[in-house]
Amino acid sequence: MISLAGRDILQSWGKFVFTGVGLGLLIGVTLVMAGVYRGMVDDGKALLDNSGADLWVVQQDTLGPYAESSSVADDVYRVLLAMPGVAQAANVTYLTMQVRSADRDVRAMVVGIVPGESWGAPGWPPYLVAGRQITRGHYEAVADVSTGFSLGDVLTIRRSHYTVVGLTRRMVSSSGDPMVFIPLKDAQEAQFLKDNDAIWQNRRRTEGNPAFNRPGASEVLDAVNASQASSTSVNAVLVRLAPGAVAQDVADSIRRWKRLTVHTRAQMEAILVGKLIATSSKQIGMFLVILAVVSAAIVAFIIYTLTMDKIREIAVLKLIGTRNRTIAAMIMQQALALGVIGFAVGKITATFAAPFFPKYVLLMPQDSVAGFFAVLVICALASVIAIRVALKVDPAEAIGG
Amino acid sequence: MKMPVMQRRTLTLFAFMAMLLALLGYVAVRSGPLAPVAVTEIEVESQALRPALFGIGTIEARYTYKIGPTFAGRVERLDVQVGDRVHAGQLLGEMDPVDLDDRLRAQQAAVKRADAVVREAAARQTYATSQARRYELMSAAQMISEETVVTKRQELAIADAVLLAAREDLTRTQSDLDALRAQRGNLQLVAPADGIVTSRDADPGTTVVAGQAVVELIDTPSIWVNVRFDQISASGLAKDLAASIQLRSRVGEAFAGRVLRVEPKADAVTEETLAKVIFDQVPAQPPPLGELAEVTIDLPALPAMPVIPNAAIQRQGNKIGVWQIVDGAPRFVDIKLGRADLDGHVQVLEGLTPGDRIVQYSEKTLHSSSRIRVVGHIPGVPE
Repeated sequence: MISLAGRDILQSWGKFVFTGVGLGLLIGVTLVMAGVYRGMVDDGKALLDNSGADLWVVQQDTLGPYAESSSVADDVYRVLLAMPGVAQAANVTYLTMQVRSADRDVRAMVVGIVPGESWGAPGWPPYLVAGRQITRGHYEAVADVSTGFSLGDVLTIRRSHYTVVGLTRRMVSSSGDPMVFIPLKDAQEAQFLKDNDAIWQNRRRTEGNPAFNRPGASEVLDAVNASQASSTSVNAVLVRLAPGAVAQDVADSIRRWKRLTVHTRAQMEAILVGKLIATSSKQIGMFLVILAVVSAAIVAFIIYTLTMDKIREIAVLKLIGTRNRTIAAMIMQQALALGVIGFAVGKITATFAAPFFPKYVLLMPQDSVAGFFAVLVICALASVIAIRVALKVDPAEAIGG
Repeated sequence: MKMPVMQRRTLTLFAFMAMLLALLGYVAVRSGPLAPVAVTEIEVESQALRPALFGIGTIEARYTYKIGPTFAGRVERLDVQVGDRVHAGQLLGEMDPVDLDDRLRAQQAAVKRADAVVREAAARQTYATSQARRYELMSAAQMISEETVVTKRQELAIADAVLLAAREDLTRTQSDLDALRAQRGNLQLVAPADGIVTSRDADPGTTVVAGQAVVELIDTPSIWVNVRFDQISASGLAKDLAASIQLRSRVGEAFAGRVLRVEPKADAVTEETLAKVIFDQVPAQPPPLGELAEVTIDLPALPAMPVIPNAAIQRQGNKIGVWQIVDGAPRFVDIKLGRADLDGHVQVLEGLTPGDRIVQYSEKTLHSSSRIRVVGHIPGVPE
């Protein structure tokens, strides 16, 4: 049996292929948009995965440390270590700020981690792509590769300088900012210590307060100043559970006996995905829906126009007694072929374009598969309109007009 | 006649389709979650590790002298400024004596008066003694009554007592005078040792209370660094270890020093071990007190053992280990780690032998089901 569709495509293959490529670019944009959405959610999950924690212990009644600010005393972790079911507990601080290098600054999330020989403690970057982990307790940093920093670069965070000793990858905050890991004590300073001007002004204020600055008791003033400059808070304590411990039980007992708020992994994910990136992801989702609708409409138009272009030939086919089924099959097959080409081109362009996006674009295989079938369904539906028009055509048109 | 044209079209179309298909296949396999993870490998080496400790601290003076008056008063003069070098015994300033000089003069007069009283008493006593002796002689010759002799004896005893009292009074006033002189001397602010003036807390005319510092001196050769080491990486810290001190104001210049002592009391709040590190040779231009210093302490070299880079250490659940590539697939090997140095090397006590190849860097977290691709350098990382 002769394939009418194949013959027709061969007849006008240039037009067909270019239409397919054009359609493909449209589908590519839609796939990228889906990838942007997935990337957003994945950023949130990457943050949780990379922290390596099972439980997040934060200030009472806060959704910290990512969605809200939270502050707990830095000796709370010792108390938590004594709780049954807790294998490891580590202090951590998070602070999003501009990190300055020699000639530029990068928006980054500065993470304070417990340095030293506590290998793989919660909060540590789980893997590196270059360099080494932090070994000194001060002034070393491990940066995400997307910050653009390289090994040996000197970063300025507040008034201290840090040397980049390691690089990692895909360590991002929930908003996609790359992370810079620094030792905890430095991070506490960076987060809670005021700038020099503020310290000077504060000292003057304290000096002016007769309660603190009494003649003959100058030590009181020194003590007050020292207490104002010290910082003994962290944002959260990351807890890793002992084998066999049930997250919910341990969380409940910490909530009850230590009166701190505890989030489990599931709750944290709900907070991040459901609250933190909710509106922006809905925004992208909305855009994705609109793009999909527009793509479907354009596919329908293209197939309709392609059919209209050969309406005379179809009339001839009808005149020579071709069955309706054959004509319908021809249009349907062409629409599906167009869809397949479009999808292939779209998938390829999306894949090659994804790395150029400033934020992470995650193209999931299941999205591609779903996209493929969606394209086929849209093409099939669009061809129905064209088929209806083609079947209604009067065979007399082949001879007349 | 048309066939060649058709064939060429067909061929072009099929070529296009084949290319599209090939690209699609490539992107499906080589990108996204299905793509193999790029990893770099490294060989476990046997190496003698030189662990070191890293801490930060501030420059402090070992001896600080706070000089001030021992009782309340007003500062009369102060001859030194901050930064001046002073010697032991040097007069730095003086407190206002107020009425002390007048009291001193009054006391001197009182001493003279007491002296006069002593002389008067002595004269009376001499007279009383000679009278008593004369009357004794007369009494022996039966010339006078017994009662008269007894009266003269009593007068002598009284004169003796008065003389003793007058002498004691002289001693007392003399001592009072000495006390006032000592007090007057105590108004002088004198340097107890050689040093540098670090602060001048009161200017002439200021009233200060007893014990309040007017001038602060430090003994420059005695400066040391009060270093804090995180307790988690302070094992092996001991007296007399060599140290390298880097000052915040002098980047790139390291000073040699050694650990003078490790403080027996650690800081429980900050979880730091404290130590005092002294300079082998105090810099010609001594750093200001309170300057931040980074201190690296070299520990003795350890015996050679298998050593891995710390970037290779991974955690699976509660186990620490490394990834090894076995038949092209990653396999997690449990290891037990020993000491580490500051350059990122860690000893392996159990689990690996020198010559084993392990994964050092990976593009993403590895799982035992990950497909891997060994590369020399992770793509996208600046060289």
